[in-house]
Amino acid sequence: MPGAPAAGAGPHVMHNNVLGHDNDMSAAIETGGFVASAVRTDAPPAIVMDKVNKWFGALHVLRDVDLQVAAGERVVVCGPSGSGKSTMIRCINRLETHQEGRILVDGVELSDDVRALDAIRREVGMVFQSFNLFPHLSILENCTLAPIWVRKMPKKQAEELAMEYLTRVKIPEQAKKFPGQLSGGQQQRVAIARALCMKPKIMLFDEPTSALDPEMIKEVLDTMVMLAAEGMTMICVTHEMGFARQVADRVVFMDRGEVVESGTPDQVFNDPKTERLKLFLSQILRGH
Amino acid sequence: MSDITLNAAAANPEATPRNPPVATTGPIAWVRENLFSGWLSTAVTLLLGYLIIRSVVGFVDWAFINAIWSVPVVNGVAQTQSCRELHGAGACWAVVTEKHRFMLFGTYPYDEHWRPAIVCVLFVALYIVSAMRRFWNWTLIPIWAVMLTLIGILMWGGVFGLSYVPQERWGGLPITLILATFGLAFAFPLSILVALGRRSNLPAIKVLCVLYVELIRGVPLISLLFMASVMFPLFLPEGMNIDKLLRAQIAIILFAGAYLAEVVRGGLQALPKGQYEAADAMGLTYWQKTGLIILPQALRLVIPPLVNTFIGFFKDTSLVLIIGIFDLLTAGKTAIVEPAWQGFGVEVYVFVGLIYLVFCFAMSKYSQALETDLNRHSRR
Ligand SMILES: Nc1ncnc2c1ncn2[C@@H]1O[C@H](COP(=O)(O)OP(=O)(O)O)[C@@H](O)[C@H]1O
Ligand SMILES: [Mg+2]
Repeated sequence: MPGAPAAGAGPHVMHNNVLGHDNDMSAAIETGGFVASAVRTDAPPAIVMDKVNKWFGALHVLRDVDLQVAAGERVVVCGPSGSGKSTMIRCINRLETHQEGRILVDGVELSDDVRALDAIRREVGMVFQSFNLFPHLSILENCTLAPIWVRKMPKKQAEELAMEYLTRVKIPEQAKKFPGQLSGGQQQRVAIARALCMKPKIMLFDEPTSALDPEMIKEVLDTMVMLAAEGMTMICVTHEMGFARQVADRVVFMDRGEVVESGTPDQVFNDPKTERLKLFLSQILRGH
Repeated sequence: MSDITLNAAAANPEATPRNPPVATTGPIAWVRENLFSGWLSTAVTLLLGYLIIRSVVGFVDWAFINAIWSVPVVNGVAQTQSCRELHGAGACWAVVTEKHRFMLFGTYPYDEHWRPAIVCVLFVALYIVSAMRRFWNWTLIPIWAVMLTLIGILMWGGVFGLSYVPQERWGGLPITLILATFGLAFAFPLSILVALGRRSNLPAIKVLCVLYVELIRGVPLISLLFMASVMFPLFLPEGMNIDKLLRAQIAIILFAGAYLAEVVRGGLQALPKGQYEAADAMGLTYWQKTGLIILPQALRLVIPPLVNTFIGFFKDTSLVLIIGIFDLLTAGKTAIVEPAWQGFGVEVYVFVGLIYLVFCFAMSKYSQALETDLNRHSRR
């Protein structure tokens, strides 16, 4: 994690980190400024969640979740463990089904209609905490699978596309290897490239750096910053405050299945309104 | 911390890795450590060594030194007097020399034995081709179709100037290979469908698959074979008769299918949920996901139990002897019914056993090689 190398760095330093003054990533905004917002308010919203409710058995995991994400907008979702963050973004590509309310992705409503679902899954890429690469396929095959079978692209063209994205995530030389031969950070970058090969309009990230060793977090975050700079619509569950400050147009705080607060990174991190958010912020500061 | 390492390296710049002390490596050290590490271990080693040497010497005496390889035949009757005079001190391989064609090909017309012999070679060729990963694609289907047609033509005849041989006269090794090959070739795909069905979201399919597996697994193969041979014809309209071999074949397919399905299901369950989710998230259809992601991984996880079941069924085909089908084992048993050869069962069973062993051992070795080959890349 940026700015968190030393065992001796105390809460004071970390606090600065959250405030964004002592952070190489935030510095990048000020100097480079390449992550300027790409929100297009003219276009129809990329994602609409309207009073979405979901239960696991008797457990009410999503409570009246309302969320609108504009095309090109970058949303960071944070909140305590078990608050329903994963469930929420997994509802967007229907890895989980919601029971009440409406979800529209790129104007198409999610329902039991298989064709609508296929259409949505082509447009939405997902990156998981545990990478979920296919261990029996080479890196290149991992990336060409969906273009070939879902987009019906000729193999050669799919391979060129895959190499292009592998170059973008800076690991073209690993194309012939297998996932088990790569480090965690490299695997996660392959997972990002694999999702990008479908040329999705929306990317979902579910704690993409949580399973990584500290020294690999930056390489993955850098890749995501690059993606954000290109204007990709992103929803990202993460606790990387530096990343959130640098790229997020909006930070959404969830607790116990509800969206509790939502606003710019500054509003959410520096000026929390609710006790729950204050408690959460103090806890992640202590936790790190 | 890093300073300390640096200093250590600087103090001893040419620190090369040292070899371990000689006394702890090499064959002599191994023997001392594993065979003679104490008085008890020494005693056990000596005792077992004595027993092993004794039985090996005894076997060599029986099987080779004292053995009789052929006997004279007078007026078509084998003169086994010399064998009987051995009183078991040596093997009478003459029974194999005389009877091997009957054991291998049963009651198939003697002059036409070259046909089942070619069939056996074709089967082995088919196994070898199917075992090569280079052929693991659609080409395998036409190869099988052509081979099986050839095998059918050779066995039945009736075309191309080959004389017709009814199925009742087939016997020996070809029967065993037919039952095992068709049995597993159909049971394996069936078992994959059943295993997938058991995990289906559709209740009707799920119930059907569970019922099939539980019902079939709950009865012995012998009773299934009896049902196939005795009861099944009762349900058929009068005059219609399905070949006995085919009925036994179906019983074996159904039985093997149920067992293999459980093995395959184990592999499906061992796959992490994330693999299913990643495939879903990229928009693959159910069959694409199953064929490209799930099965290739699930099946390689279960190669050892899968081959274990294959080997079991290869040998279980010999149970068809109870409904009077003339497989390899039945042919062997029948060979020693002849008065001249009565009492030489051991030699016959050693011969038949060796044939089974060759096939099963090949399967076992192949599965080990396949497993290492396929798992080369995955660190699990
Ligand atoms: N498949 C499931 N079955 C039952 N409960 C689940 C399942 N997945 C998640 N949950 C529960 O739903 C709640 C929200 O989980 P999740 O969305 O994973 O939270 P987060 O990602 O914020 O940590 C948790 O209490 C979790 O235990
Ligand atoms: Mg989660």
